[in-house]
Amino acid sequence: MTSVTVGVLALQGDFREHAAALERLGAAVRLVRTPDDLAEVDALVIPGGESTAIGKLADWHGLVGPLRERIDAGLPALGTCAGMIFLASSTVEGTGQVQLGVLDVMVRRNAFGRQVDSFEAEIPVVGLEDPVHGVFIRAPWIEKVGAGVEILAELEGRPVMVRQDSIIATSFHPELTADGRLHTLLLDMIREG
Amino acid sequence: MDQGTERVKRGLAEMLKGGVIMDVTNAEQAKIAEEAGAVAVMALERVPADIRRDGGVARMADPTRVEEIIATVSVPVMAKARIGHFVEAQVLESLGVDYIDESEVLTPADEAYHIDKWRFKVPFVCGARNLGEALRRIGEGAAMIRTKGEPGTGNIVEAVRHMRTMNDGIRRLQILDQEQLMSEARDLGAPFDLVREIAETGQLPVVNFAAGGIATPSDAALMMQLGCDGVFVGSGVFKSGDPEQRARAIVEAVTYFEDPQMIAKVSRGLGEAMVGIEIDKLADDERMQERGW
Repeated sequence: MTSVTVGVLALQGDFREHAAALERLGAAVRLVRTPDDLAEVDALVIPGGESTAIGKLADWHGLVGPLRERIDAGLPALGTCAGMIFLASSTVEGTGQVQLGVLDVMVRRNAFGRQVDSFEAEIPVVGLEDPVHGVFIRAPWIEKVGAGVEILAELEGRPVMVRQDSIIATSFHPELTADGRLHTLLLDMIREG
Repeated sequence: MDQGTERVKRGLAEMLKGGVIMDVTNAEQAKIAEEAGAVAVMALERVPADIRRDGGVARMADPTRVEEIIATVSVPVMAKARIGHFVEAQVLESLGVDYIDESEVLTPADEAYHIDKWRFKVPFVCGARNLGEALRRIGEGAAMIRTKGEPGTGNIVEAVRHMRTMNDGIRRLQILDQEQLMSEARDLGAPFDLVREIAETGQLPVVNFAAGGIATPSDAALMMQLGCDGVFVGSGVFKSGDPEQRARAIVEAVTYFEDPQMIAKVSRGLGEAMVGIEIDKLADDERMQERGW
């Protein structure tokens, strides 16, 4: 494919694992820490991490507005775990944490429990032949979805992967496995324009 | 559905990377830490500087305190157990803490053996001064490593020494021939399989944070530039003049650790840093880093 640059939001979290996954697929990666970095990218990954810390850092450093504008304007985006919470419009807890609100879902943080409840499970995904190996770490689930949101995977009746236009979000961490299929979906969205 | 796997234990530490974990002794401090952008808080009875000052046996925090902290913040809650004190660890696991620090900051319960960490569902972080010590802890099941540094001193020199020593140890493995690795494992006192793995990958198989003596944003960024994945701040926040501002400044310095202008900006007007201690002024039995092996 022609060279594309995928941004990985690098305020905090496992951004290096996402960068490595994208590089294995032949994409150029730019770590995004400032609005200038963001201007240079053709797609964006928001990694796993702590959503409160990522939200605060984005807010303090003037990234919330530019992130909203670019994603609303169609920048393909993939958010995993904390990234899903950051993309979402609200949380059940409603504690006033900073969120982009570009993905029309309500999430429940730490919905599957604390760290001792963290787990791995095989997750069938709509459109993929074989299940994805899901690594769930203090993972959120999606409590409610808006009209334009397609549910791509569920666990125990709870959505754990969704798509809305060119935004994909997961409760789990594909970047912690060698499976590049979800990152490929992101790269496909760039090509589809 | 598999719980308590190596991947989910190590995975939580991956999520904490690029972040700051702060020592807190009560719910109020935990809230301040979370508001300042901490990625996790570490519950303990007294911060290291106070343990140093007051002496006596330092133990696991009161379960009520730990529960109050868990109820107050949404970020992961870690707590310290004494080296070798597997019952303190069992108690902390039952309270629902997200990570246990088997820590030299507390008074060791066992002078010969560390906790068998494989037996727990909750992951452990352990301190290390060099590669051999890190690999022994990983061999016992630790899912995250941190430098020991010299806790409660506000002096970064020992954390720097430990990080450089660990980096040196890893680089050395990469230049050795295959037939030299067994002797090296013997000299390091480290499991051979891990030695062979690191000779190939050039990195620890778990996340490695800096800890012990971090007091300023520049200290934190120094440790990040030396290759740490994130930092623990113990006494450095709540023993300083303005904990809220200093905590936030250290968080920002860890994200923007390669940007000196940003570090300068966040370092302005923070008030008094914690009072530091020269390492040479510590008697041998006051050096917490000598605890454990």
